[in-house]
Amino acid sequence: MSSTLMRSSALRSALRASAPKASTRAGLAGTSFVRGKATLPDLPYDYGALEPSISGKIMELHHDKHHQTYVTSLNNFSEQIAEAKAKEDIQAQIALQPLINFHGGGHINHTLFWENLAPKNQGGGEPPSGKLSQAINDGYGSLEGFQEKFNVALAGIQGSGWAWLVQDTQTGNIQIKTYANQDPVVGQFRPILGIDAWEHAYYLQYQNRKAEYFKAIWDVVNWKAAEKRLK
Amino acid sequence: MAASTYTLPPLPYAYDALEPHISAQIMELHHSKHHQTYITNLNAALKSQAEAVHTSDITTQVSLQQGIRFNAGGHINHSLFWQNLAPANSAEAKSSAAPKLVKQIKATWGDEQKFREAFKAALLGIQGSGWGWLVKVETGNEHRLSIVTTKDQDPVVGNGEVPVFGVDMWEHAYYLQYLNGKAAYVENIWSVINWKTAEERFVGTRADAFKVLKASM
Ligand SMILES: [Fe+2]
Repeated sequence: MSSTLMRSSALRSALRASAPKASTRAGLAGTSFVRGKATLPDLPYDYGALEPSISGKIMELHHDKHHQTYVTSLNNFSEQIAEAKAKEDIQAQIALQPLINFHGGGHINHTLFWENLAPKNQGGGEPPSGKLSQAINDGYGSLEGFQEKFNVALAGIQGSGWAWLVQDTQTGNIQIKTYANQDPVVGQFRPILGIDAWEHAYYLQYQNRKAEYFKAIWDVVNWKAAEKRLK
Repeated sequence: MAASTYTLPPLPYAYDALEPHISAQIMELHHSKHHQTYITNLNAALKSQAEAVHTSDITTQVSLQQGIRFNAGGHINHSLFWQNLAPANSAEAKSSAAPKLVKQIKATWGDEQKFREAFKAALLGIQGSGWGWLVKVETGNEHRLSIVTTKDQDPVVGNGEVPVFGVDMWEHAYYLQYLNGKAAYVENIWSVINWKTAEERFVGTRADAFKVLKASM
């Protein structure tokens, strides 16, 4: 992981589970550099633990195949961009940036997602408390009001993407934002809670009935994890 | 102000006719649910738009545009897609059904295999939901072929652009059968491309290619 991808502390803590493995590569022109490789974090629960909201088959494919592919591709393109930097090949670096954004975003998003879900017997679906609860009630009237707004945002995504509860790092306010494809929550906003709206996240169980998935997932949202991300 | 109402065009073959390359379950959901939803949402948006035009409500008209683009794109893309597929054992599914098109493909990419590889790479490079198209681009009296990818439901409707055939790369197009193995879906889709339709679109005009949309109003 490059240091820019590790900028937010929410992300750092989420990615701690997948501690980078140092790897040394012989650099070009006599320079050498050491980089960490991204690795697939273990799920903090079993694949079947989120049933019936999310089937074990979906969880297994989603984690073991889809997330793994983002990790593998991120490492591959990170290596290529490091080589392009070493060669001072600016064109190649620019050409690789969308691939880093996509696969790096895929890695970041899914890492945060696994952590902000939990089986019911590990607190899944238990309403938020403290500062986050207060902010949600202030902004949306109630948790139900917030969930309704969030589900409208999820349903409105045209294509693949994510909906996030984010915190504005400048004002501290929370809001709901949608992101296309694997665009990660970076920059002005801090990710608090994310829901994957790609079809691979629900299709085997819900097919075209995505509204049912958006409704069912609140039973396994880990609000404790979300609370820890709020500053 | 009555808005046009679009209806779901019937499939030109049975839901199971593309087996084993595309399962009947996928085809049925894709056609009767996904495509139908684009049409339902398009008709609703067009109705709101007609009302907004009638009341000279320009802000509402502008706010409706993205939804119209998305849902109309979904209707256009899927209507073209069903027509450019055919059962694998039919004569239409052989590239010999498209002599003029294949000649131009060879002139452009060297041979059919190189074209298929280039098309496959384009399809697998799509980040998120989208489509891959072989497009005839008309420039004055000349025309050339081009592989184009589009995001989400953006349709190929540019001036002088004729969609020859398209492949849906949304996960709903393959996931129930291929799961995360989208490369296998892309490999197998070649067995069910309707080259006869592709040839007709290639030698025809833009209006010819889109005539299916007029038929489903
Ligand atoms: Fe995902």
